Amino acid sequence: MFKLEKRPQPSQAFAYLTPILAIVATMIAGGLLFMMLGKNPFESIRTIFWDPLFGEFAFYYRPQLLVKGGPLILIAIGLSLGFRAGIWNIGAEGQYIVGAICGAGVGLAFYPLEAWFIFPLMIIAGAFGGWVWAMIPALLKVRFQTNEILVSLMLVYVAEQLLASMSLGLLKNPDGHGFPGSRNLKDYPSAFNDEVITGSGMHWGVVAAFIAVIFAYILLNRHMLGFSIRLTGEAPRAARFASVNPTRLILFCLGMSGALAGLAGLFEVAGPAGQISIDFNTGYGFTAIIVAFLGRLHPVGILFAGLLMALTYIGGEIAQANLGLPAAAIQLFQGMLLFFLLAVDLLTNYRIKRISKEAV
Amino acid sequence: MKFTKLLATAAVALGVATSAFADDKTKVGFVYVGPVGDGGWTYEHNKGRLAVEAEFGDKVETVYVENVPEGADAERVMTQMALQGADLIFTTSFGYMDPTINVAKKFPNVKFEHATGYKTAENVSVYSARFYEGRAIQGHIAGNMTESNIIGYIGSFPIPEVIRGINSAFIHARKVNPDVQFKIVWAYTWFDPAKEADAAKVLIEQGADVILQHTDSTAPLAAAAAAGNVIGFGQASDMAEFKDGPRVSSIIDDWAPYYIARTKAVMDGTWATKSTWDGIGAGMVGIGDITDKVPASVKAEALALKDALASGEYHAFTGPINKQDGSPWLAEGETADDGTLAGMNFYVEGLEGDIPQ
Repeated sequence: MFKLEKRPQPSQAFAYLTPILAIVATMIAGGLLFMMLGKNPFESIRTIFWDPLFGEFAFYYRPQLLVKGGPLILIAIGLSLGFRAGIWNIGAEGQYIVGAICGAGVGLAFYPLEAWFIFPLMIIAGAFGGWVWAMIPALLKVRFQTNEILVSLMLVYVAEQLLASMSLGLLKNPDGHGFPGSRNLKDYPSAFNDEVITGSGMHWGVVAAFIAVIFAYILLNRHMLGFSIRLTGEAPRAARFASVNPTRLILFCLGMSGALAGLAGLFEVAGPAGQISIDFNTGYGFTAIIVAFLGRLHPVGILFAGLLMALTYIGGEIAQANLGLPAAAIQLFQGMLLFFLLAVDLLTNYRIKRISKEAV
Repeated sequence: MKFTKLLATAAVALGVATSAFADDKTKVGFVYVGPVGDGGWTYEHNKGRLAVEAEFGDKVETVYVENVPEGADAERVMTQMALQGADLIFTTSFGYMDPTINVAKKFPNVKFEHATGYKTAENVSVYSARFYEGRAIQGHIAGNMTESNIIGYIGSFPIPEVIRGINSAFIHARKVNPDVQFKIVWAYTWFDPAKEADAAKVLIEQGADVILQHTDSTAPLAAAAAAGNVIGFGQASDMAEFKDGPRVSSIIDDWAPYYIARTKAVMDGTWATKSTWDGIGAGMVGIGDITDKVPASVKAEALALKDALASGEYHAFTGPINKQDGSPWLAEGETADDGTLAGMNFYVEGLEGDIPQ
């Protein structure tokens, strides 16, 4: 017989080991799933995890990992601050959309002027848009004690309507033959979020994501505000005694995560996506929630989790095209990753103890 | 620039490799916006892919990726297919337009076919179907069948494609029934069964006894079945499972002949850029079986209309037609030109409400 026993304190070793265990478990269970679908499990797993990094066309996929992972990391870093303090911003997708609309709107307002200040202004507008959208649940929570989970989530749908309206109306490309969607910012050099080094996939949004990782690390480990965030999450009573101001904390955490999500939206619309369109948002804001937890709400963890998530997306697409795996199987595979991580996580706080029959 | 060259070199190298190493199969890629099991738009494109496989057997290899979001992800999927040696790639959603053009620039030796767009290049063709011809037949049947004189219309997005369909259906419903009115609900989605069902229910509550839909799920038909005396039409696919219920006919997108022809052109080396906009005549738009719920005389008229549209003897937009504000659009006997139709952003006279902006 076995039983679970709570560890006196969380195991350091397991905190580092569990993500690896979870990945291995996912590979095994995923391999079984692919086998049941009639595919070679080893080939499938190799296609998903190995080919994008070291396969024949890795020169193309490696930069794509940054393109796909960048926005995930940027949003997840912002979310993790709030999640640590027990402030749940579920609506990053909406803040991402509004950031993109504001940023692209500022850029398009200057069209066709070419000037150095346009892109910086767009960045500010993008962050501001996301921040404003996140301030709605923040202020409602502070003022009327509404639930920020519901409010922020519902505002995603409002943002989607706004996006549709912008694509069909205000931001519609005047040269677009009546079709919805804005001008393509890739054709507007002053507003285009180009790669910093050509061919690297490293656009300004990826740079921003790396900077966010560093700042979040410093904030959480070296700054009083970061201490307040951690304390509120781990010991709310103690936080009150330590006179942490909850109002300030809510405004900061939601505002910060909103601004970062807005930035991610701006960098995406000005770069890889290129234009505001009805279907511009593809779920980065929701996937980032998984990334934040997969990365243990730790900035460096999120960096790796974001890249891992990007890897499964890109590898998953290769597996679809080359092996004919259905998209649903890939999504299931991604879901397994989180499932196993949460399951194995138990071992950080508990240990399995063997109890002999006599003792019972 | 360097990267582009690198990719192009890789593509060329791969092209050489493919021809050198006894692999004379033509590889055809398909990029889908939805799941192949959506029962509508993507389902029909996938049927076209299977028809290509059936037609050419061992001589082709087809690959597809489903649920590909429009934008950067689409660009990556297309690049990946091209890198892996695809000779021909069909990108089957309007939102893939700019990504298709971008990727096509990097792979001059790969042929691209973009559905429903308007941007072409040396190696990019565009193709779409004249669904509005099918809408004319729907309008004819709907105008005859309605007793409340209210026809509900579920629009997806207010884009030319959808507006064209509304106008065409309305013109032909009015022709047989001058009292008919259209109530239009915009769902802002191509595929969302819950939203589509809600839209259908709202329309039925407002008195509509015929539901036309430009969204891809079977939910509006299910809602019509639940309401009783309401009829509807299959969209994109036949939706034959509702034949005993509300479905009286359907518009079917049949991409198979086009996909086979274009694959053949690549095999023969005769592929060239072109813009295809085919209708009932070429078989790209199919009209599903008209059921016995429709009186025999109406059915005969509908089939006659279908034949006239197919032969080109009759155009679905033939004047006199005025715009919604009363200003003349087409004079007596004049037919609409493709340019105006492609960018149509106005309602015809008699329709109520505004196109959302």
